[in-house]
Amino acid sequence: MSARTLPLLFLNLGGEMLYILDQRLRAQSIPGEKARKVMNDIISTMFNRKFMEELFKPQDLYSKKALNQASMDKLYDLMTMAFKYQVLLCPRPRDILLVTFNHLDAIKDFISNSPGILNQVDETFRRLIETYNPLSDGEFQLIRQTLLIFFQDMHIRVSIFLKDKVQNSNGRFVLPTSGPVPWGTEVPGLIRIFNHKGVEVKRAEFTTAGNYVTPQREGSFELYGDRVLKLGTNMYSVTRPVETHMSGSSKDLASQAKENIAPNPLAKEELNFLARLLGGLDIQKPAGGESGFRLNLFTTDEEEEHAAQTRPEELSYKVINIEATQEPARRAELSRILGELDVAEPRPGSAEKGEDLLALMDGL
Amino acid sequence: MPYRRQRSLALRCSSSALYNNLAVLCPPRGAAAAFGAVHGSSLSLLPGEGPARQLQARGGGSALSTPLLTQAAWCELPSRVLLVLTSQRGVQVRLGGPGGPWGALGAHSVFARGIAAAGGRFICVGTSFGAVLVFDIPPKGTNVTLSEVLEQHRDPITDIAAEQGQAPDGAGDLVTADDCGTLCLWSSGEEFTLLGKIPGSGCTCSSVALWNGIVAAGYGNGQIRLWEAGSGRIRAQLSAHARWIYALDLAPLTGKLLSGAEDSFVHVWKLSRDPDTDDIEVQHCHAECVTDTQVCGARFCDPAGDTFAVTGYDLSEILCYGPA
Repeated sequence: MSARTLPLLFLNLGGEMLYILDQRLRAQSIPGEKARKVMNDIISTMFNRKFMEELFKPQDLYSKKALNQASMDKLYDLMTMAFKYQVLLCPRPRDILLVTFNHLDAIKDFISNSPGILNQVDETFRRLIETYNPLSDGEFQLIRQTLLIFFQDMHIRVSIFLKDKVQNSNGRFVLPTSGPVPWGTEVPGLIRIFNHKGVEVKRAEFTTAGNYVTPQREGSFELYGDRVLKLGTNMYSVTRPVETHMSGSSKDLASQAKENIAPNPLAKEELNFLARLLGGLDIQKPAGGESGFRLNLFTTDEEEEHAAQTRPEELSYKVINIEATQEPARRAELSRILGELDVAEPRPGSAEKGEDLLALMDGL
Repeated sequence: MPYRRQRSLALRCSSSALYNNLAVLCPPRGAAAAFGAVHGSSLSLLPGEGPARQLQARGGGSALSTPLLTQAAWCELPSRVLLVLTSQRGVQVRLGGPGGPWGALGAHSVFARGIAAAGGRFICVGTSFGAVLVFDIPPKGTNVTLSEVLEQHRDPITDIAAEQGQAPDGAGDLVTADDCGTLCLWSSGEEFTLLGKIPGSGCTCSSVALWNGIVAAGYGNGQIRLWEAGSGRIRAQLSAHARWIYALDLAPLTGKLLSGAEDSFVHVWKLSRDPDTDDIEVQHCHAECVTDTQVCGARFCDPAGDTFAVTGYDLSEILCYGPA
């Protein structure tokens, strides 16, 4: 399948993660200066130049698994279901790029007073345009199909989607049969007949239950411009809190998980890097110091513990070592860079910041 | 003739979003049909008789990285019926009946996709670098040989189809399609001959069928185009679907055409020729919305096209439709 999937997966999930973080910062009235510092730090680390260089090299996605915890699971649920929705609904396979641009546009808006960090993001933006704009529609469809295999069988219910009526109570997304058709597609309903010389001789119409219209215009695939498509923009706000419903009881989930004889070989590898960005979690803690901050998407520790116990092991998101199949050396390089970034994470004052964010996430 | 949903068959795993992701083996009168749909690196199998099963793709690498399957199809040759799987590493053929031995064929491409039986003794398989591999299948035994490599496509192969009716003189009996919409027409035999090439416009042709010298091709922009196989001229253009088409199938006895797409619709059309003008006629017979499902596989279950089956992304079912 496509070896060009990893950068899109990382950037879009990273974008969703930043939306959630931003929503928490604002919902909890974190002082502006501190909030801006947190966002700048995380974006700067995400868009590290050496990491991006490795990320953009063609590679397959595989992962090794290790245990993680309930809050991380919940964050992953939100990020992955949001991106699954975007990949599933994007009108043409190529529009995955517009979804990614929407995330990057929003990330740039999160950066305050730091031309350096803005430059880092723009550099990734240009790399993205250079790498992906020339690809054919067929290659984009292969990327999309690879992503859909990655997200297959995930049916977690997300309250914001349920409220917006874009997700059904069984966890499946609603597919509209009305509205604009994709750019370059005609509204269904016309049959044209040509004679043996290739000259049109007859037209006939047919009706379907769909109620489509012609699209207004195509979104911009340039560094700056109107993307037209809304998928991938920020759906959270202070009044639209971040929460998930687990679909069904944990017992159902466990039996569902066992049904899958073949575990999904495409794994959630770079999510581990995003996890490290959000703080210590259960990754190694620097000796003698506070471990960044701890993310908690539950109201209380008890609730988090309960969620961890009731969530079947098989459904827990796992942490990662990068296992690109073709070139072990490159895989090692990406791991090394990730390691360096991780080591660089604890900074002076991180203890204080850690406590802030702990409180912040506890407020959910 | 209208259709309605008659039953739903449970699969062990859901279907992946891949072109032509439904294999159907129509048995002789009376017996139950067998179904298969790809789920990641395995095939969800519903044999005509017996319980649902899951077939794993064969390794070809470390246990950690089982190859993802791209397609599955039963190839019906006069002497035997073979189950063929394509994956991101190559081709696998089940050479015996259920539980029989598997053979791995030419596995040097990035991935293989597009499967068809042709010329009574060949199986053709497409690859991501555009080549079509032609395998010579003995009437029995496991001595499968690579008889030819057809190198006319410059883009990844998407689908391959053999003539389902009667090929007019010089029209060829095999069509191959690729990622940029290029179609090649071949006549099969000891040596395959290229008879014509219909250049693509850049829009992917994801599924193709061939019937009485008419090529039916489904595209990424939701269109179905009918081409004259002999002349390579366009004979009909259908604005059929609102999104990417994933599957086409043809009923050889009646010329019914089935199309399924990401827009959650399945359509049944009827193709015919006006005996006076030789013009192709197209009639829209039926539209079916499979609610909230991006259709990835659709096939008729009988040669007259009275029944058909559908599956979709993330759906652990095969939906069967028949006369209303």
